[in-house]
Amino acid sequence: MKVSEEWLREWAPATVPTAELCDLLTNAGLEVDGTEPVAGEFSGVVVGRIVAVEPHPNADKLSVCVVDVGEAAPLNVVCGAPNAAPGLVAPLARVGAVLPGDVRVRAAEMRGVASAGMLCSAAELGIGSDADGLMELDEDHVAGDDLRRALHLDDTTIDIDLTPNRGDALSVRGLAREVGLLCDVPVTAPSIPAVPASTDAAFPVRLSQPEDCPRYLGRVIEGIDITRPSPLWMRERLRRSGLRSIDPVVDVTNYVLLELGQPMHAFDLDRLRGGIDVRRAIPSERITLIDGRDATLNDAELVIADDSGAVAMAGVMGGARTAVRASTINVFLECAFFAPLAVMGTARRFGLHTDAAHRYERGVDYQLQHMAVERATALLLEIVGGAPGPVVDATSEAHLPVPNHVTLRRARLDALVGEAVPPEVTERVLDRLGFAPKASGEGVGTRWVVTSPSYRFDIEREEDLVEEVLRVHGYNTVASHPPKLAQPLGHATRSRVPTARIADLLVDLGYSEAITYSFVDPVHLDLFEPDGASVAVVNAVSREHSVMRSTLLPGLAGALAGNLARRASRVRLFEIGQCFGPGTEGEVQAQQMLCAGIAYGAREAESWAQDGSQVDFFDIKGDVERLLAPGGREATFVADDHPALHPGQRAQAVLDGEPVGCFGRLHPEVERTLDLPPGVFVFELSLEGLLGRRPRRNAGVSRHPSVRRDLALLLHRDVPAATVEAITRTQLGELLREFAVFDLYTGEGIDSSEKSLAIALTLQHPSRTLEEGEINDSVDRVVAALAREVGARLRSGVG
Amino acid sequence: MNVDSITSSALSDVARARDERALDEVRVRYLGKRGELTALLKSLGAMPAEERPAAGARINVAKREVQAAVDGRKDVLAREQMHQALAAEAVDVTLPGRQRRRGGLHPVTHALRRIEDIFAAAGYAVVDGPEMEDEYHNFEALNIPAHHPARAMHDTLYLDNGLLLRTHTSPVQVRTMESQGPPVKVICPGRVYRKDDVDATHSPMFHQVEGLVVDEGISFADLKGTVIDFTRHFFEQPLGVRFRPSYFPFTEPSAEVDMECVHCRGKGCRVCGFTGWIEVLGCGMVHPNVLTMSGIDPERYTGFAFGFGADRLASLLFEVDDLRLFFDNELAFLEQFA
Repeated sequence: MKVSEEWLREWAPATVPTAELCDLLTNAGLEVDGTEPVAGEFSGVVVGRIVAVEPHPNADKLSVCVVDVGEAAPLNVVCGAPNAAPGLVAPLARVGAVLPGDVRVRAAEMRGVASAGMLCSAAELGIGSDADGLMELDEDHVAGDDLRRALHLDDTTIDIDLTPNRGDALSVRGLAREVGLLCDVPVTAPSIPAVPASTDAAFPVRLSQPEDCPRYLGRVIEGIDITRPSPLWMRERLRRSGLRSIDPVVDVTNYVLLELGQPMHAFDLDRLRGGIDVRRAIPSERITLIDGRDATLNDAELVIADDSGAVAMAGVMGGARTAVRASTINVFLECAFFAPLAVMGTARRFGLHTDAAHRYERGVDYQLQHMAVERATALLLEIVGGAPGPVVDATSEAHLPVPNHVTLRRARLDALVGEAVPPEVTERVLDRLGFAPKASGEGVGTRWVVTSPSYRFDIEREEDLVEEVLRVHGYNTVASHPPKLAQPLGHATRSRVPTARIADLLVDLGYSEAITYSFVDPVHLDLFEPDGASVAVVNAVSREHSVMRSTLLPGLAGALAGNLARRASRVRLFEIGQCFGPGTEGEVQAQQMLCAGIAYGAREAESWAQDGSQVDFFDIKGDVERLLAPGGREATFVADDHPALHPGQRAQAVLDGEPVGCFGRLHPEVERTLDLPPGVFVFELSLEGLLGRRPRRNAGVSRHPSVRRDLALLLHRDVPAATVEAITRTQLGELLREFAVFDLYTGEGIDSSEKSLAIALTLQHPSRTLEEGEINDSVDRVVAALAREVGARLRSGVG
Repeated sequence: MNVDSITSSALSDVARARDERALDEVRVRYLGKRGELTALLKSLGAMPAEERPAAGARINVAKREVQAAVDGRKDVLAREQMHQALAAEAVDVTLPGRQRRRGGLHPVTHALRRIEDIFAAAGYAVVDGPEMEDEYHNFEALNIPAHHPARAMHDTLYLDNGLLLRTHTSPVQVRTMESQGPPVKVICPGRVYRKDDVDATHSPMFHQVEGLVVDEGISFADLKGTVIDFTRHFFEQPLGVRFRPSYFPFTEPSAEVDMECVHCRGKGCRVCGFTGWIEVLGCGMVHPNVLTMSGIDPERYTGFAFGFGADRLASLLFEVDDLRLFFDNELAFLEQFA
């Protein structure tokens, strides 16, 4: 909220400088966002009254104005403004004046006519942005007066960012209450006497929805002259509060809104039919709003209606049909209390964050309406004249909010603050905020019962009072010390690998950590999960971020593409993050942590020691094996059917029989669709799978000699090495301590349908030394089984 | 008899031997079975008996002398050979070592680990929760009913399965209190989401860490001490910290916390918008409604909660002036934090 400092000090005559006032407000929870002078920096500008306007002898677009500046002799000033006319009161920068931007005004001759100064527009003085003509001052401004003093321009606009609980401070009146307390000065409101009715004119009001609108005051004012301008002082206060002057009726309602915090509305009485009914909208009822928008309402919306339908969205915005216009002569003023809940939904649903809705949502003082309607009537009559009727009062007392009675215990206050708060501080705060505290008890047993004032909607319980006392007493004044907390010993677990271990391992394996968005492009997600149901973001920031990822791979592929676009030639990235499945409607589930990586380019960074070969399937598999290792569980690998991976280079990792994820090369079509070069490898594993650990224990180490036998096998290319190992293990059982494939050969000297696989068997018995014959028999058994089951032949005997 | 001349010729041959084989040839020529000195010894028999002992002794002295020379020369040659071999094996020690290039953790992860370390040392448990949340845990249980103006502060992203993307990690606090009675002492780090357009200071996804302590006798002073100590430990500087009253529906009293600018130490600079202060976190005493909804008696227990943006802290710690860099995943950027 923007407020004129001068206006505020008129209510609460604090003497502290602006900066200190702002600090006090901020430290009391009314955060000052910024301050701005209300006018540019200038001097030597006075009030001038144009006495006569003569055409310029040598220029069609210029005129020569005779300007009274309160001295014996008027000044001749050349001026090009279209609105220069006899009788106009306008700012005159005299010779010697300094205008904003350090512009000095000198005596000048313009096309042969001497000009003793410069008549100014508002924009030229930094008073708003109106540059269309001379700034029009009020007729009662005194010629020759210094303009800064005449318009109170040594003022500041203070911009305060109020939290949603402080609807009470959305007015000069509310802010003055805070300033009065913080600066310990009295608060004086302008005197607002009731304006007696001069006619009987009234308009009937019915409250069909009293729980949403328990009070609706109205007043007929007949015979106004809407063509009269609002006085400059009022326009200036509106401008300094960030509002534009529209017409005197709107200006007055806005002025009351700013001054007292009461939103008001004015109808053109002659366009209202029958009577006012404050009711819920009829489903599909339509209204055209003042801003020209059409809205279709439903029965959740509270409306002001006349006999021919809705004429306003209650507390939000008026309708066009009954709006005050240039031809309006008779008006009907509305000054109501709408319940916050009745306005909240409507403003949100229609995206209408009006000044009125902003205040009603946060709570308007429900005892303010009579004062506000009198204030508006008096201001209006002063400007546009007219004859007021009596105040029409439709109030349902039973539905008005009820004050809360809340008890503050001194002991509780001190306990929550962490030190003793002087009781006189507490009493002063509660009293000056209008809480009417009633003290009882003594010492630390003191308690105050307060009554929440009609302008406070946030005083419900003791803690709310603690905050009120504390924010005035000073958040920075009270004690501070780290808590003394019980410090139980931590838990250790040997069945889990710490997550950090996985991330650190990936870093050591050469991967850099990426953080990609959790929402991805549905087209990209579909490439990786063509059959997966996904969760969409209803109000996504963009289409590229409109579905929740069920895999990390689209994000990593995007990050790879970004790096390649920046000419990176070797990329290793990983991410650990939540992924999302659709789950059941409204159920929080189907979210799992995945760990994925992407690799492209040379196996190692370019170096004299490297041959520059490119990353391949076994690099990525090696990385996966390293990731599976910390858990100490048995890992096996089987071919996979992931649709985004190369059909001949994709595998699934299985831990203790449970699949934990897959890896391999991206399918060339996927690479093409994503504009990636060929040779991109990825893995994606369940983090939970990686973190499960088989508790480590000592199974004993055999002290008996081991013996190695090498076998060079010729077998069909399609026989997996894992099958050879499995057959070997079956035959050797506990005798086999290690199995290794130490060579793989295809090519010259071997039939093209075959491969040569060299395996090394290390045999050892846990409890005795193996005999030579036993070793030979065992190896023979393996050779025979391999021949029988997969057609393997020995290539060159037993090594 | 020419022992002397043989000896001197042997010694000079030894000295001339260029390698072990040549040296061995010299040894054989003089000391071998048919060597010249050996032959002299054999010729003693032809001498008169009284001359034999003296002549034999002289020959033996000569043999020892030559043998010693051979041994000495052998050592020299071995040393020379070692020198040559070492010289041949010398490498350019300035060439880089053979290694796998390391990657690095994301700077936000570095910041999160730092935060977790600081709190874990004080016994805080680190808990996480779902990013896809329900309205109840994200709002209602935190004292933010439907239509509450505070919901407008959040700009929530909604999902087509009836859930929403959590706007803060506070729902994890609720879940923690629901599953575990007091005392509670946790921090909840994680991703959170807001419907914000991307710019230098905004992102629709960022990281938050929330802390929650609930026990008997927890006060605002405890909160202040915790927050002040945390900022000082995180930035390793005795920074000034100030508290401003604010409003969050789930805490009462509520505060926003400004910290002296880490960059200019309060003098005012571009980083702090020339105010000398940086807003770093929001906090407050847990609202009794929140405790009650989670089944905790607010008359007996009190608590404090605080929350801050990990990306923001990371950007201050690592001097990253544009939030977009964190989500761009450019290797050249990431590798600086390896």
